[in-house]
Amino acid sequence: MAEYSALSLFKNAFSGNRDWKPAWRKPDPKPSYDVIIIGGGGHGLATAYYLAAEHGITNVAVLEKGWLGSGNIGRNTTIVRSNYLLPESVRFYEFSMKLWENLSHELNYNVMFSQRGVLNLAHSPGQADAFIRRGNAMRHGGVDAEWLTPQQIARKVPGLDTSKSARFPVVGGLLQPRAGTARHDAVAWGYARAADRRGVDLIENCEVTGFLREGDQITGVSTARGDIRAKKVALAVAGSTSHVLQRAGIERLPIESHVLQAFVSEAIKPFVDCVVTFGAGHLYMSQSDKGGLVFGGSLDFYNSYAQRGNLPTVEDVMSEICAMFPSVARLRLLRSWGGVMDMSMDGSPIITKGPLPGLYLNCGWCYGGFKATPASGYSFAWTIARDEPHAINAPFTLSRFERGAVIDETGHGPTPKLH
Amino acid sequence: MLIDCPHCGSRDLAEFSYQGDATRARPDLASTDTKAWLDYVYNRPNPAGRHREFWQHAGGCRAHLVVERDTLTHEILTVAFARDAAGGDAA
Repeated sequence: MAEYSALSLFKNAFSGNRDWKPAWRKPDPKPSYDVIIIGGGGHGLATAYYLAAEHGITNVAVLEKGWLGSGNIGRNTTIVRSNYLLPESVRFYEFSMKLWENLSHELNYNVMFSQRGVLNLAHSPGQADAFIRRGNAMRHGGVDAEWLTPQQIARKVPGLDTSKSARFPVVGGLLQPRAGTARHDAVAWGYARAADRRGVDLIENCEVTGFLREGDQITGVSTARGDIRAKKVALAVAGSTSHVLQRAGIERLPIESHVLQAFVSEAIKPFVDCVVTFGAGHLYMSQSDKGGLVFGGSLDFYNSYAQRGNLPTVEDVMSEICAMFPSVARLRLLRSWGGVMDMSMDGSPIITKGPLPGLYLNCGWCYGGFKATPASGYSFAWTIARDEPHAINAPFTLSRFERGAVIDETGHGPTPKLH
Repeated sequence: MLIDCPHCGSRDLAEFSYQGDATRARPDLASTDTKAWLDYVYNRPNPAGRHREFWQHAGGCRAHLVVERDTLTHEILTVAFARDAAGGDAA
């Protein structure tokens, strides 16, 4: 398959762009594989890529119920950051950040990773203290973090209401300059193409309807396209984790599925050149390359598998963005949509072997799955290939709840809607 | 989403506060069965479909309710006062 390069763009332009080959094949499933990955989203595709690229395991199938990248990889607000407090999270997300920094090159696919900075606004002295503490923890873990004064913020983000008369005046902000955004669909497509080129079979419209077992051992899956056997079956299905694992007889997990909405406005001229988050509520916003303001807020706060939310949350999010940026009040909303989040009981993910022999589990991403895509795929592939966790995912076990070793960034406890 | 509060009638979602799964049963406080406590505190069935859950009409009569709702369609199936609804913590 042709490499993507300036030269290939030039050559194909001369032949009317008729000779591009599809980015990946559409193979029929084989009767058996070394590894089956359930879920053709960002994490599943990244896992397949790293299995092939890092561990030489290429007899792999990715089974996707719909089409590749039809879930949360294409529904998020595209933010990439590693501005966490706890050492386990800092290590994991900073590992991810370093993979992001070389991702377009590694995949030969432009994921449009833009390190435009993520600025968390603080609106009270207590919040400023907490943010500065988090910034210090980040710097201690080798992550970049800077504290900005209201004057510096006013210069950096001119549209922001930094006046003393704002409903929630800005008292400062924590900036991670290396954080930013990426083109989310391109991440799925880039990993898909790179995995396909290494021999991975990407099989769409292939829902897993059951698991094949010998005793406790998982030996394959039943699908809409017949039974497929595998030595190892790995699950990366985000909000559908509980639903799919019920078919393997796992009735209860430390997961609740919740709907999270996101929004994009009509396109406007360059308005804000970094990601800004509102600390007096919960809102994160950036401007896409097409000019639309891309933003989101909190969950709808009730269990849901519907990929759509309700109006009270829409109203809440709109009131927050208008409080931050009064000048956007008359912008029209272009689109809104919902994605199903796998909210874990401590707000941190689960990347582990188990819970049954032959099964591997990747879930619990809460609001934060997109930025984790490279590290999630890397460490999940490592766990599948070597039957032991990589150092970065070793703390993110399923058994941590039983052992009391939870990784709770926000300290909200086992209340998934609040993480 | 509208919830038909047995006291106030059909009211908007914004008036209600979600309190989570209503099917889990708290072990006896003297129990030292860590598996039972683990299940109660952390594990959830998280069904795709019919879900029995607690809501409070926080912006209205403040009654605690047990609501059955479909998590795939958001359809509200039944609503009852938590004190009358058997099962889970409400029992």
